[in-house]
Amino acid sequence: MEALSPTMEEGRLVKWHKQEGDAVKAGETLAEVETDKAVMDLIARADGVLQQVAVTEGQTVPVGNVVAVIAAPGETVGASVASAPPPTPAPSGGGMRDARGGMRDAGSGMRDAGGVGPAPGDVTRVKASPLAKRMAREAGVDLKVVTGSGPGGRVVKRDLEASASRALAPAAAPAVVESHPASPIPHPAPSGAPYEDVPLTQIRKTIAKRLVTSLGPIPHFFLTSEVDMERAAEARDALNRRLGDRGKVSFNDIIVKATALALTKHRACNAWFQEDHIRYWNEVHLGIAVAVEDGLITPVIRNADLKPLLEIGHEAKQLADKARSRRLQPSEYTGSTFSVSNLGMFDIDQFTAVINPPEAGILAVGTITPKPVVVDGQVVPRRRLRLTMSCDHRVIDGATGAAFLSTLKGMLENPLAMLL
Amino acid sequence: MAKTMPERRGSAVLGVDAELARKLLHDMLLIRRFEEKAAEAYTLGKVGGFLHLYIGEEAVAVGATSVLRPDDCAISAYREHGHCLAKGADPRRVMAELFGRRDGLSKGKGGSMHLFDAEKRFMGGHGIVGGHVPLGAGIGFAIKYKGGDQVCICYFGEAAVNIGAFHETLNMASVYHLPVIFCCENNRYGMGTAFERVAAVTDVAEHACSYDMAAELVNGMDALAVYAATQRAVERARKGGHPTLLEVRTYRYMGHSMSDPLHGVYRTKDEVEEQKKRDPISQLALKLKEEGALDQAGLDALDAEVRAEVEEAVKFADASPDPDSAELTTHVVAD
Amino acid sequence: MPTLTYRDALNQALREEMQRDANVFLMGEEVGVYQGAYKVSRGLLEEFGPMRVVDTPIAELGFAGIGVGAAMAGLRPVIEFMTWNFAVLALDQIVNSAAKLLYESGGQFPIPIVFRGPNGAALQLGAQHSQAWEGWLSHIPGLKVVAPATPADAKGLLKSAIRDNNPVIVLEGEMLYNTKGEVPEGEYVVPIGRADVKRAGRDVTLICHSKTVAVALKAAEQLAEQERVSAEVVDLRSLRPLDEAAITASVAKTNRAVVVEEGWPHCGIGAQVVDVIQREAFDHLDAPVLRVTQADVPMPYNKQLERLAKPSPDKVVAAARRVLYLD
Repeated sequence: MEALSPTMEEGRLVKWHKQEGDAVKAGETLAEVETDKAVMDLIARADGVLQQVAVTEGQTVPVGNVVAVIAAPGETVGASVASAPPPTPAPSGGGMRDARGGMRDAGSGMRDAGGVGPAPGDVTRVKASPLAKRMAREAGVDLKVVTGSGPGGRVVKRDLEASASRALAPAAAPAVVESHPASPIPHPAPSGAPYEDVPLTQIRKTIAKRLVTSLGPIPHFFLTSEVDMERAAEARDALNRRLGDRGKVSFNDIIVKATALALTKHRACNAWFQEDHIRYWNEVHLGIAVAVEDGLITPVIRNADLKPLLEIGHEAKQLADKARSRRLQPSEYTGSTFSVSNLGMFDIDQFTAVINPPEAGILAVGTITPKPVVVDGQVVPRRRLRLTMSCDHRVIDGATGAAFLSTLKGMLENPLAMLL
Repeated sequence: MAKTMPERRGSAVLGVDAELARKLLHDMLLIRRFEEKAAEAYTLGKVGGFLHLYIGEEAVAVGATSVLRPDDCAISAYREHGHCLAKGADPRRVMAELFGRRDGLSKGKGGSMHLFDAEKRFMGGHGIVGGHVPLGAGIGFAIKYKGGDQVCICYFGEAAVNIGAFHETLNMASVYHLPVIFCCENNRYGMGTAFERVAAVTDVAEHACSYDMAAELVNGMDALAVYAATQRAVERARKGGHPTLLEVRTYRYMGHSMSDPLHGVYRTKDEVEEQKKRDPISQLALKLKEEGALDQAGLDALDAEVRAEVEEAVKFADASPDPDSAELTTHVVAD
Repeated sequence: MPTLTYRDALNQALREEMQRDANVFLMGEEVGVYQGAYKVSRGLLEEFGPMRVVDTPIAELGFAGIGVGAAMAGLRPVIEFMTWNFAVLALDQIVNSAAKLLYESGGQFPIPIVFRGPNGAALQLGAQHSQAWEGWLSHIPGLKVVAPATPADAKGLLKSAIRDNNPVIVLEGEMLYNTKGEVPEGEYVVPIGRADVKRAGRDVTLICHSKTVAVALKAAEQLAEQERVSAEVVDLRSLRPLDEAAITASVAKTNRAVVVEEGWPHCGIGAQVVDVIQREAFDHLDAPVLRVTQADVPMPYNKQLERLAKPSPDKVVAAARRVLYLD
């Protein structure tokens, strides 16, 4: 089991793309593995024959465990995989690798989820009956995530039907209308059992672990600032009118850009806490928190301070899509120097976010809402936004954090200030 | 062209009416010139596939067909241009069929080996050796079934006598009393094989005794002899529904088909030259001259007339377009 | 509705058509005095006379050709082969004459002829007497080929065949002649080119013809009882032309198919059915199409070996289970 992400400690084998006995070439995908972050491809590192499959689909094993053995044709590799290398050029025991190689670039075997149909001989091709393919297409289901029960892992009609009914499970239960005086609206009765145990997926496990190692050990303090967004709103509307079909700038894009620019002026907040030193970054790479199906992931917009608004918006959307379809590369969700989390779309006024270590800070963005405000002695309705910054007190002091927030507020209240 | 002439007492030389003899000569000449033109067209690439020429054998088709009524049927194998023309088919439409054009007898879909003219009761044009012989008997069966007095003449080569279909058919024709004339054109060679090398019995007429069938041996280079023998056979068929096996000895001057050698491998040039002295057209022309019924000028005029007819046929065929590509899938099944 | 044997249904069809059209006649070995080798022509000689019910010598090629010639000249012959095994001798007339004359003559000579006889295996008749020729005959453009499985279809299809202006091959079966079934009274004609759903179902399509229809129906019963699987049985009835629409509609409904056929597997009629399905119902297929055929061997004499060689309900059930992914 390879370390397919820098923080991966174990992997769940989702789906084998090869069977025992199959010929294998270096670079081909052997299997799909769910890491702590996303579903990644496990690549063959040698030519040969897949002599042994040691891990079944659905099984989770620690990084470093043998999941498969590739042998040269005719060669038999024994139980002790570290035995003498064969005389053939293809190295034996290709499934076993040193897991602590640091950040690993997944390389050429990766395949974009939105990619077009398989090339001839493409080993990542999903086997599915024509009917199953059609059903999947019509339901918008990615065949790669459906387990096939047919021969050789072929996805067939009943697999699509099963996955559809799983998705619908509670709602699919027949609605039993009980006349209840207190609640005249009938709601579907539970399917029978009083509770359901759902095992933690990799991503939930990771979030749990990371948060415990975050909020616990990191001394957080929180700074809140309420920002007037009138001029930002006006500027945004004007900009969007000008852009027309060419694109749309969102508030989030503006906040991201402003945050990045503010960080360039407050290097103290754009830093990593390391065991025995602080890394102050000269580049600004902003992590944007994205909610995915069963958790949260933070893809990174690199050099956000340098990117134009439209590019930021475009990239943010792309990364969010990739995140939701579990197709982010490690390079896309690692390396952020500071993070932004926006719950504005859920009408949250303000909240406190948990820092992503080793970063020193994270900005929580609430919803933009009109409020009565006193301006020049008058009470006027103004669109206001509450920002809450969480700081690692080992890196950022109160005044440092406050200074940063003040700059950020200034930029949002007067967008031209971003050009200073 | 195939009008039957009323029987008139002829001269001692001809044995038939001079006018009939002249008609026989005309018809043979027409076939001769037609075949020569067809050969030329083949070398020019206008005719493709197989082309089996009747040159030298004209007396058989003409002598026999001249006995028939328009409502009698004729059926032949793949060397059938002469039989088809003799039965009255339009030479223009025959040539067009050889060229594969849409105005051909079979709309360009048959070719040289599959000439059909339902209106003239010419029943084809068949490619499998002996394959049409049962068909001839079947036509005779239908005639008898419907109670008519027509006859069917079925031409085939001597090599077909060895195939099973021949034997099965003649047996049944005799058992069922079918009004069929089985006309074996014995030109001695089945493609490149001399008959005596592959036939236990080389006198084809003798096969008839296996079927208790009437038979006659005929000089096929003499149109008048063919005419007389056919008359007898037709009579037998019309009156009593009895079949006859005619063995008509003839000779083809060309190779089996355009792709085959005239001589050299299986027969000598001398033999061919010798046989040319018995050319049926020359022989009849000579007889007519002797009778005073035709002179050289008359012969030349006849030839010129026939050549003109053939030229016209070629012109017609050249002008006729290819069949429409939709014709590929028509006539596979009938409505 | 009256119940008739398959044999009597054919007899009725012949009689009715010969009464209806004076040009129809029957020719073949033993059809007259002997009353028919399988008694299909029983009583016809007495009713229609020797000109219309013609006993022949053993000369398949010859009398098949006589039939074609008679058709060229305007009659409507019904040529009986004692079995289709012997008709191999007549193939030159069926293929080179009957099937092609209309085309070769540019439409001048339609050949309204019927070639009929029992096809496929019976019981322990050995290799030369047990052959099923659907594949060979259906291959030829210009021919039509039908294979009725029931008495009603036998009567209806033979009548259609006789009235058709093309050469029609009618494949019957020695094992079918004694089977009984309801046959509608009066004029009953089954169109050529239309299949028939003999049993409606939802889960799997069993495509069959002739003797395999009974096999498929038994398999369908077994599937229902043992597996709660509802099988649809489609009787092709016509092999050329094939009812592609019926095949496609059934597979679109059930998403899986098994073809049951008597002939050998290689290039058999089932291969054509599979082509139709993969071509026309591709997106409806949930599994590959399987075929249950005769074993790829000459038919053995021994009873058990012969049983092993033939399609059976068990084999069909096993194939159905595979396409249902029940194994």
